[in-house]
Amino acid sequence: MQSLGLEVLFKGKNFARLLGGLWAALKISLISIAISMVLGILLGILVGRKNRIAGAVMRCYLEFIHIMPQMVLLFLVFFGTAKAFGWNLSGEVSSIIVFSLWGTAEMSDLVRGAVTSIPVIQHESAMALGLSRVQVYRYVILPQAIRRLIPQSINLITRMIKTTSLVLMIGVVEILKVAQQIIEANRKSSPNAAFGVYLTVFLLYFLLCWPVSLLAKRLEKRWG
Amino acid sequence: MAEPVLTIEHLTKKYDGQHVLSDVSLQVHKGEVIVIVGPSGSGKSTLLRCINALEEIQSGEIRLGDRQISAGAKDLPEIRQKIGMVFQSYELFPHLTVMNNILLAPTKAQHRAKEEVKTEAMTLLTRVGLADKADSYPRQLSGGQKQRAAIVRALCMHPEILLFDEVTAALDPEMVREVLEVILQLADQKKTMLIVTHEMQFARAVADRIILLDEGKIQDDTTPEEFFEHPKTDLARRFLQSFEYARTNRTIPQ
Repeated sequence: MQSLGLEVLFKGKNFARLLGGLWAALKISLISIAISMVLGILLGILVGRKNRIAGAVMRCYLEFIHIMPQMVLLFLVFFGTAKAFGWNLSGEVSSIIVFSLWGTAEMSDLVRGAVTSIPVIQHESAMALGLSRVQVYRYVILPQAIRRLIPQSINLITRMIKTTSLVLMIGVVEILKVAQQIIEANRKSSPNAAFGVYLTVFLLYFLLCWPVSLLAKRLEKRWG
Repeated sequence: MAEPVLTIEHLTKKYDGQHVLSDVSLQVHKGEVIVIVGPSGSGKSTLLRCINALEEIQSGEIRLGDRQISAGAKDLPEIRQKIGMVFQSYELFPHLTVMNNILLAPTKAQHRAKEEVKTEAMTLLTRVGLADKADSYPRQLSGGQKQRAAIVRALCMHPEILLFDEVTAALDPEMVREVLEVILQLADQKKTMLIVTHEMQFARAVADRIILLDEGKIQDDTTPEEFFEHPKTDLARRFLQSFEYARTNRTIPQ
């Protein structure tokens, strides 16, 4: 059997570099996820309350984000706005902007759906007890909505983690970019490195997303 | 006579231009138990919902003591704390245990000490036979148990008046009694109550006054004896007959 090219991982600091790349990808996704969760919940609640103008604006925003491939959005923000507005965003910042725009849009849609799926009479019985509007949301509606949200929002989070592999296209040195560099540098000595290195990348992504899915399943069971 | 607990004056409520309640006036005094009866769609539930401003009204006035109740008013949550409401579908909060359902509003809206409310809640839960269910979630309870828990939740707010909106309509027949007996106990304790129900036997037993509502108007306002024994109006007679059954053709098999 031919070599799988795994030996290149043990050359020099290659494996540590790969982990460093994973951390770069993870950092972008974690920051974007945090921003998306907070903004998504706020926007979702605001739009859930029948405000026509806010609703229309949100629908346009959602449609736009849904239709645009993430890669095009990355190019638009990184290359497009740099020329148009004359600023110089780093690849990381551009990625965080794009991923937050995307995550916020999807999250707010999920929150809106979950909030409106709680029966009106639950609002009414909470109001009848004399709770204020904010208290009704904080203690009665949101805790129920968030329980319903868990499966889809975990799905969104794993998709966001996965999709960070696109950011190498705007020059961010993340795990996939590091992998390419390692393969490139060892082309002569280990011509089969591509398989071993990409397999490792695959496993690392799997190890990252799998616990998240497991957590989602457990939460679903506990609150189901 | 003392100031009424609740005063409704010339209340009119419309849905899409259709009158649901027209010119309803009513006074409820302390300790009084009023049962509202009437055919479906007569506006009974809407009347209760107007009282704690879950529905907007088109004209008229509703007052708790001397404070006006109006949708959108700043002090509405505070007034609602004094009006207990029990719904047909219980509406316990599914993510909270029975005890936390009860504790929520007294501790968050009334800012009372948790321990004090907890002690009171345990006493009341024991009285309605739910002492062992304090830590259960609503989904683990039967309909009758849920409704008794909902009644305790309303009581722990120390309301000045309690509204019961067809609270046994969603229950299996064998669970109706356990809920109605709790309400009878409350009547004995001189709680002020406004009850909408289709249980005529119960209405007769619990009521100090019976109000017949039809097409959004108060058609009769009298004592239970008068209402059930000597109904004055055609409407009342027809309404009571709708609860009686008779076969017109029965031959006894040989």
